[in-house]
Amino acid sequence: MALKDSGRDPRDHPSRSVFVLLLLACLTVITLDARGGDNSPLDPVRSIAGNIVGPVEAATATAVRPFSDIGSYLRTTRGLRNDVAKLQSENSQLRSTVETAPLDRARLNELDGLTRTAKDTGYSLVAARVVAMGPMQSFSRTVTIDAGTSSGVRADMTVLNNDGLVGRVIRATRTTSTVLLIVDPDSVVGGRLGSNLEIGVISGQSLTQKRDDLNLELVDNSVVPERGDVVATWGSDNGVPYVAGIPIGRVASVVSNPSQTEKRAVITPFVDFTALDVVGVVVPNGTHGDRVVIKADGGIK
Amino acid sequence: MTAIRAFFLAALVMAAVILQVAVFRYVSIDGVVPNLALLVVVVAAFARGPQFAALLGFGAGLLLDVAPPADHIAGRWALALVIVGYLAGRVRQDARSSTLVALMTVAACSFVGTSIYAITGLVLQDDALPAGQMLQVIGTSVLWDVVITPLALPLLMVVFLRLRPPQVAA
Repeated sequence: MALKDSGRDPRDHPSRSVFVLLLLACLTVITLDARGGDNSPLDPVRSIAGNIVGPVEAATATAVRPFSDIGSYLRTTRGLRNDVAKLQSENSQLRSTVETAPLDRARLNELDGLTRTAKDTGYSLVAARVVAMGPMQSFSRTVTIDAGTSSGVRADMTVLNNDGLVGRVIRATRTTSTVLLIVDPDSVVGGRLGSNLEIGVISGQSLTQKRDDLNLELVDNSVVPERGDVVATWGSDNGVPYVAGIPIGRVASVVSNPSQTEKRAVITPFVDFTALDVVGVVVPNGTHGDRVVIKADGGIK
Repeated sequence: MTAIRAFFLAALVMAAVILQVAVFRYVSIDGVVPNLALLVVVVAAFARGPQFAALLGFGAGLLLDVAPPADHIAGRWALALVIVGYLAGRVRQDARSSTLVALMTVAACSFVGTSIYAITGLVLQDDALPAGQMLQVIGTSVLWDVVITPLALPLLMVVFLRLRPPQVAA
């Protein structure tokens, strides 16, 4: 066997007890964190780690950004060809996102006839850049952005970019925050079909092999989603965690299972989640911070 | 001296974690990046044995678990890397004798480590993907780790041998 004589190495003997101790320590940490739920005893540790590692991630991302254009030639993700042009244009486009939001709304209104209250119109954005991406090996889809509580970013705020809904803030430290992408298996977003206003639940657990696809489950079982139909956020109370009317994606296919009464559809999101760069965090109007706030009227504060 | 060594080890682990999330995302294959923290633990096992590697694995795993943008139940990567460090340390005599065995050990460790992480996710119902997608991710990550090994292994080996306390003979 490959284990030849290593088992007889005298230095390996104390390692067994250390190994068992470490295993027990891991299980303790897992239990503490899993049992803790929303008030996990690990949260202070996360916050400390975020305050130390976050700024280093942001600095590293700034340092490698000039090289990232070279990297994008090597990247094997979708939307590769448009990437360089997209990166350059995104910043300026984002500034106009709020200006075009009423236009997008009008377009959506045509599509879905959604009526919005005056309260829904107009929100402010804090622009931020993605500085770190959680590895796919962790099976969760999260990114770090370089805006935190000092810029007015708090947990449960909507994050979007030029293309559509990106996710929501789940944790914020002083200078960075963690964003849960809508393709994460744990993510759940309330959505509304464009053509018939039917509401449903969009989750990150994809039904297909494509990891970036979303899964839509309609509340009304009798409705069959149409291919190509646009899905936008339904919106929650006071826009927490998602504001209404942000485009999410398009219906790619409908999965009909005779044994199940529910209808499921596969949604292709508008956002390319492996090539995220500039994003906007929806903040309440009148937010003050150390960062530029793009106001609903297109002005910059 | 011990404090300085510990500081350098902590810096090395932190650098691996940060490179993994902030730099390698630009060359990710559908989001999968080389697992540098795992590689550091495996090379530590080759250089210093199972006890040291399991300890380092615990630290590196815990950092992966709590450093942003991680959002899974903490301790899952720690568990995976403790086991990986211990296993890699047990076969270190063979791994040091030939490059091919070292590469195969890295591949096996990458597979075992990511699989343990995936299984804990299934058990705890935390971030579980369908099995087919999980296998796809695990396969890609094994490939990445093997590709990056010829570059990282000699470098890390030198670092770990330098950081060895003088009283322990090889």
